[in-house]
Amino acid sequence: MALLLDILLATLLVTGAAFALIGSWGLAKLSDFFMRLHGPTKASTLGVGCVLIASMLYFTFRPGASGASLHELLITLFVFLTAPISAHLLVKAALALDPSARPAPPLQRGSACGSAAAPHDPAARRER
Amino acid sequence: MIVATLLPFAIGAFTLALLLNLYRLLRGPGPADRILALDTMYINSLALLILLGMHFGTTVLFEAALVIAALGFVGTVVLSKFIMRGDIVE
Repeated sequence: MALLLDILLATLLVTGAAFALIGSWGLAKLSDFFMRLHGPTKASTLGVGCVLIASMLYFTFRPGASGASLHELLITLFVFLTAPISAHLLVKAALALDPSARPAPPLQRGSACGSAAAPHDPAARRER
Repeated sequence: MIVATLLPFAIGAFTLALLLNLYRLLRGPGPADRILALDTMYINSLALLILLGMHFGTTVLFEAALVIAALGFVGTVVLSKFIMRGDIVE
């Protein structure tokens, strides 16, 4: 049982550290802000979640522990709730700084510049 | 025990991640990049605090991690709002 717990803890720690490192490497290496946003918001959050779960298991099952350790669950919940919100706000801030980065809206059916006359024409579709 | 030998390596990995974030914080071309680097730095330092708590065998550092999580989120929201609107309290 102790060996099984050790292996589980080691797997969680290695996975968490690797994910956090890869996320931060992506933040440092990728070329565009919208690409850079992928690393921290997905990989690093998952890495921190792995580390927090490992800490929860460690402090729950260590000798002399008094009951389950639930602080980490609180922190995990908070981080997982707030990471998408802060990423959304960061994208909105970046788009407010540089409106030219906003992609063009999709053409509506029947609009003047659209391909309403021949919607299945491959040339018109390529023009979009 | 496997975990005791593994913890220094995990702490080193998170420290390296913090250094990469610091590089992006100092280098980042725009303000949004710097805010993103700060956001990642608080998340990584939170995990580093948790790992140090495991290393020293104390649960005192959880409260510090919780405070870092709350204040870091508020800081990111406020900085993004400031960029979007040019003002914090509207």
